[in-house]
Amino acid sequence: MRLRNVIVAALVLVLAAGPLATAAVAQGGSIFIPLLVYRTGPYAPSGIPNANGFQDYFNLLNERDGGINGVKIAVEECETQYDTKQGVECYERLKSKAVLINPYSTGITYQLIPKAPGDKVVVHSMGYGMTASADGRWFPWVFNFPMTYWSQASAFVRYVGAQEGGMEKLKGKKIVHIFHNSPYGKEANPTLETLAKQLGFELTLLAVDHPGQEQKATWLQVRKIEPHWIYLSGWGVMNGVAVKEAAGIGYKMDHMIGNWWSGSESDVIPAGDGAKGYKSMTFHAPGAGFKVHQDVIKHVYDKGKGATKKESLGEVYHNRGMINAMLNAEAIRTAMVKYNLKTAPTGEQVRWGFENLNLADAQLDKLGMKGVIRPLRVTCENHEGNGMAAVQQWDGKQWKIVSDWIEPMREVVRPKLEEAAVQEGGEKLKYVKRDCSKEK
Amino acid sequence: MIYREAGQFKTTYASDQAIFPILQDRVIVALAVAAAFVVPVALANEYWLQAVLIPFLIYALAALGLNLLTGYAGQLSLGTGGFMAVGAYAAFKITSAFPALNIVLVFLLSGVIAALVGVVFGLPSLRIKGFYLAVATLAAQFFLIWLFNKVAWFVNYAPSGTITAPPRTVFGVMVTGPDASAGARYVAALAFVAVFALVAKNLVRGRVGRSWMAIRDRDIAAEIIGVRPLRTKLLAFAISSFYCGIAGAELVFLYLGSAETLAFDINLSFLVLFMVIIGGLGSVLGSFLGAAFIVLVPIFLTNVPHTAGLALPVALQKQIELMVFGGLIVFFLIVEPHGLARLWQITKEKLRLWPFPH
Repeated sequence: MRLRNVIVAALVLVLAAGPLATAAVAQGGSIFIPLLVYRTGPYAPSGIPNANGFQDYFNLLNERDGGINGVKIAVEECETQYDTKQGVECYERLKSKAVLINPYSTGITYQLIPKAPGDKVVVHSMGYGMTASADGRWFPWVFNFPMTYWSQASAFVRYVGAQEGGMEKLKGKKIVHIFHNSPYGKEANPTLETLAKQLGFELTLLAVDHPGQEQKATWLQVRKIEPHWIYLSGWGVMNGVAVKEAAGIGYKMDHMIGNWWSGSESDVIPAGDGAKGYKSMTFHAPGAGFKVHQDVIKHVYDKGKGATKKESLGEVYHNRGMINAMLNAEAIRTAMVKYNLKTAPTGEQVRWGFENLNLADAQLDKLGMKGVIRPLRVTCENHEGNGMAAVQQWDGKQWKIVSDWIEPMREVVRPKLEEAAVQEGGEKLKYVKRDCSKEK
Repeated sequence: MIYREAGQFKTTYASDQAIFPILQDRVIVALAVAAAFVVPVALANEYWLQAVLIPFLIYALAALGLNLLTGYAGQLSLGTGGFMAVGAYAAFKITSAFPALNIVLVFLLSGVIAALVGVVFGLPSLRIKGFYLAVATLAAQFFLIWLFNKVAWFVNYAPSGTITAPPRTVFGVMVTGPDASAGARYVAALAFVAVFALVAKNLVRGRVGRSWMAIRDRDIAAEIIGVRPLRTKLLAFAISSFYCGIAGAELVFLYLGSAETLAFDINLSFLVLFMVIIGGLGSVLGSFLGAAFIVLVPIFLTNVPHTAGLALPVALQKQIELMVFGGLIVFFLIVEPHGLARLWQITKEKLRLWPFPH
């Protein structure tokens, strides 16, 4: 009976004290950047290198430059397990201190888009999230540069056209899109459908249900269709299984192209030699051969502050984390220069910084990022920027860029995107369209 | 001493059959409900409301629904997530088709639609029982989620395939949509829970509840004494799904703001089932306690190391959280297999004897 009393008392205490214990530790004067990470759960193999990339780059800024324009950066991780509800909990806990957030999940991005304007928090979904939010007139607080899913899909089609020897050769070709059956996976469908109509290729859409371990039926269909090209929008375990299945049926691996969330080391290594030749889209270079990596080793790893092992530098997702951190930092820097700040900027100021980000080659060179990513320019109308895609190929040991930078078909994508922005922003969220000519 | 019913005589049947026969209980519950409406809105910050209290209320309503079906009528169901999805998508379709319709009515209507779907999937319960029924309801879960994922009509052909809560008002106050304050959404969720908890409590004390319990305890015996299994079981499925449907609509409209089918996957069904089991099968209070346990303990475990100044890596912290949480569930089920509601009952018994236990 004694034990029971203790239990009851403890339980009441726990229930009452739980949320009370959320008092945030304020860090005086520094720029606070919350990181939603998933170092555990089914998607951890992708989440860990990404989060490490963020940590390493912000550490580098603090160690090498003393932060951004002299103001240190304070990061705090919050574990989401790639789960939407946990992501929202993280956001609610951290938003009072935050000026920007990287949701790192399309599902969480959709949750945060309606909340962000009220909280004055910039949402930067780098290469994921809601494509329509690239129309900055409807979505002032959301950014998805350097590129959207739709631009990516059009770049894929352009690449395939070039490989076939001209866009007109696409007529009658069979292309299969294998996608994760979620908002993320479906994103590329409208663009591919439009282009199929315009260019006359036969498009087949094959959905794979979450989590994507079971793909036997899908690949049976692929065998029947015998497509000329396969586009893969997978995530996590689904990618590895798809690559294995493709190798299993003897599909030409260099005719299977993943999107940029389907092209990391963890997607191809499990398939062994079968994965050799598999390609994926990307918007940045893989590998650790850049100046920024030397800097990270010198200023972070040699001081024992690295987030991972030195050998992991240059992994696709580690690079992507670093680039994401760099873009965040440069947007903040833009804001600090504009408003002449020696302290942490506010959410509104950071938003201005994102919207006026103009990352030229010279600045990239200074950051050691030249060649890692293309110069980028964001405007009020265009929150996707002018990013370009490239194709990388797995040679059995590492990813290598095998194409030039590919310009997406903006003339096809942009009108569709503006249509969708009216639907998502105007009709669903009742936003009012901004007049960009009036923005300074 | 204070908690004593001595001197409180029941002179009418009405007072004898009251929900709270003891005066102290009545006062405490009335005060608690009143406080629930006023205090958090006045004092709690947005994190409290948004991340703790609103999900707690919504899960409590869902747990209440499942408890009616599983705890009282004895029909094991793993389709909760699917029925909640029906409510959410129905509410979205209704309110986008009839924007002028009051959102409260929309919620109720979506509950009715969920109830109809629940009845359809409850039909097999007449032939299959126990674990086999759980498998049949599992089919409902997978089928419904697949349906909402597959048919673009349910999301109004949105390219993203997500549903979003449009802005709607009640009595001139914005309760859904991005501009609705957390306080307004909290009060809306609380009002629904309060009303439906009262309805549930009265249901289970009356003829309907008794026939459910008769079916649960021994269906053949129940049939012999005149309880019709068809009607009783289907009614349980309907009312349970009605509750779950409203909870699902609230989940999207009052809590998440927008959602995809993944928000209603099988994990949600398990989560609600765990709430019912931990809280106490066949107890209205248990639904609330179970929901509180499942919602609050992980948040507590996440925040404790932070407050204590321990800078644990987040991954390690998450894993510790999962282990401790799992351990706690096992611990509670061992010390009190009848759930947290039973613990509360025992506490109450002891309180009546205090300070002179015999």
